[in-house]
Amino acid sequence: MTRHLSRTLAIGALAALAAIVSSCQTGTVVLLPSADGKDAALIVKQRDGQTLLAEPYAATKLTTAGPRAYSANAQEVQALFGPALAAQPGRPVRFTVQFIEDKDELTEDSKVALEAIFAEIARRPVPDVLVVGHTDAVGSDQYNDALSRQRADVIRVGLIQNGIAPENIVAVGRGKRELLVPTADGIAEPRNRRVEIVVR
Amino acid sequence: MTGRSQTVRRLGALMLSALFATSAGAAEIGRIKVAKGQVTVERKGEALPGAVGMRLEPADVLKTGADGSVGITMADNSLLSAGPNSILSLDRFEFDPTSNQGRFDAQLQKGSLAVISGRMAKQSPEAMTVRTPSAILGVRGTEFVLSADD
Repeated sequence: MTRHLSRTLAIGALAALAAIVSSCQTGTVVLLPSADGKDAALIVKQRDGQTLLAEPYAATKLTTAGPRAYSANAQEVQALFGPALAAQPGRPVRFTVQFIEDKDELTEDSKVALEAIFAEIARRPVPDVLVVGHTDAVGSDQYNDALSRQRADVIRVGLIQNGIAPENIVAVGRGKRELLVPTADGIAEPRNRRVEIVVR
Repeated sequence: MTGRSQTVRRLGALMLSALFATSAGAAEIGRIKVAKGQVTVERKGEALPGAVGMRLEPADVLKTGADGSVGITMADNSLLSAGPNSILSLDRFEFDPTSNQGRFDAQLQKGSLAVISGRMAKQSPEAMTVRTPSAILGVRGTEFVLSADD
């Protein structure tokens, strides 16, 4: 009898313990407002279920019993994630400069703009730069691949002259494959004769 | 193995290396842009000091000490930054910069992490996941934070 009771008690204690363990928190997830304000959502899956976070500050506690949705706020996020957010690298910035038809020479406007772009790049502590050259749809693929590569090289050389280490620059030519303004083949379009510079 | 097939192989290797030389870097999947306090990168059983400018490779595991934090930029423009006492593993990163398609799986084993998703998640809602020991996050976009308790 006593033995039976102690066994019942032990089982009860175990069940209570299991209940505590089962609601143990194992983490937090918070969706933040996005800079571009579009298409922000997270699907949080745990063994016992899933929850969709689709509004700014929509949040969930991860528990061993599954996700528990709640609403967070900026203060809580700062308190929990301040150091992680403070370590966020600068966001990538994209610039575009334009070229004179059939040449690897910048337009006058773009020559001026380039100075500001180089200054912005030099401000970053460890910039790595992607330079992508493009052409308009006049001429063969082969010709435009070479021309777009030449245009990218003009920018690459300029970056090196402004103190960016060559190993931190990747320059590629995309020819006429990525027209900014879609045109039929053979059409001259100034806005397509460009180099995109992505700074990270 | 005949001499000819060897030549073909060598040629193939040469063409491959030329391809990598012009792409955004063969093994490089991202870079450390911010490092404060103690930051370590575990790579193939070695513990390397995680310094600003360091190039990251697939399967790298980043660890921060009690005073540490680290911020990285991935090749698809994803930004990840971890707070103190964190372990972040870059389990899988495959990215085609032309199509923006690929796969990015990261895992926060413990600590805290802030994420801004990049071009892959924008291109395809299935491309990026972030795991913790207890959950899997499917990333539709774009900015979020998560923690994983011990």
